[in-house]
Amino acid sequence: MKFKDFDPDKYKAVVLPGGFSFGDYLRAGSIAASTETMKKVKQMADEGKVVIGICNGFQILVEGGLLEGALLPNLNLRFISKWVYLKVGRKDTVLTKGFEKDIIKMPIAHAEGRYYHSDAERAKRLAVLYYAGQDGTVDEKYNPNGSLFNIASVANEEGNVIGMMPHPERASFKLTSLDGVTDGLLLFRGLRKW
Amino acid sequence: MIYKVELIILNKDGIRDPEGETIQKYVVEKISKNVNSTRAGKYILFNVESSSPEDAEKTVKRIAEEGRLYNPIVHKIIVRVNRDEDGDY
Repeated sequence: MKFKDFDPDKYKAVVLPGGFSFGDYLRAGSIAASTETMKKVKQMADEGKVVIGICNGFQILVEGGLLEGALLPNLNLRFISKWVYLKVGRKDTVLTKGFEKDIIKMPIAHAEGRYYHSDAERAKRLAVLYYAGQDGTVDEKYNPNGSLFNIASVANEEGNVIGMMPHPERASFKLTSLDGVTDGLLLFRGLRKW
Repeated sequence: MIYKVELIILNKDGIRDPEGETIQKYVVEKISKNVNSTRAGKYILFNVESSSPEDAEKTVKRIAEEGRLYNPIVHKIIVRVNRDEDGDY
């Protein structure tokens, strides 16, 4: 099915995966955010349906105003591809409701992931995942891209719309995952508890 | 009348601009001590057919806002209008 033909009434959930929509022209995710398709996705979000954005999908959700804040170029202006530890902050979202772990491991691969919000308190309220050390310590030294408060993921208040820079789908299969980690799969399984 | 309208997009003052900081530190400061800071941004040039420079400016501002050419959370814009005298730019 072509993305333009997609009928939001037929689905309960939508996942915007990573990639480089429209070549990241202007700003990552900004042109995709202004498409007719995204209006339909926004409609789904407003109806309380599940909307998940991963990497470029997160950038599209932020650019489209489905999630608060902004994602700026990484502070070192490089594409960063590596595995990171993440502290789970909120457990009231579609992917983290009833989540048992507090620290998970997933890869990141992006050039524009520096999360920013003009209201610090609001950012803390919405943050779901933080870049952290192996023991869950959230510190600037574990911040790969200069994100405010090491934020790697935010959701809306209701928790049905969530975006994240890390890639859970790349941490879902033992054979292709670093050290056989499947924390990403655990996140997706959280959908059952929603 | 054709106007050349320039749209410049810059990070707001409080938002770090690593490209500008790098240019400042590794290029500018080697040459001059009189430059306090350097900011880098994006430049977009429009050829606008309009009856007045004010209208041309308004059109580009509207495109920038409605089309979200900049993100008002993190960016500010500068719009400059020049009359296209000879079409050679």
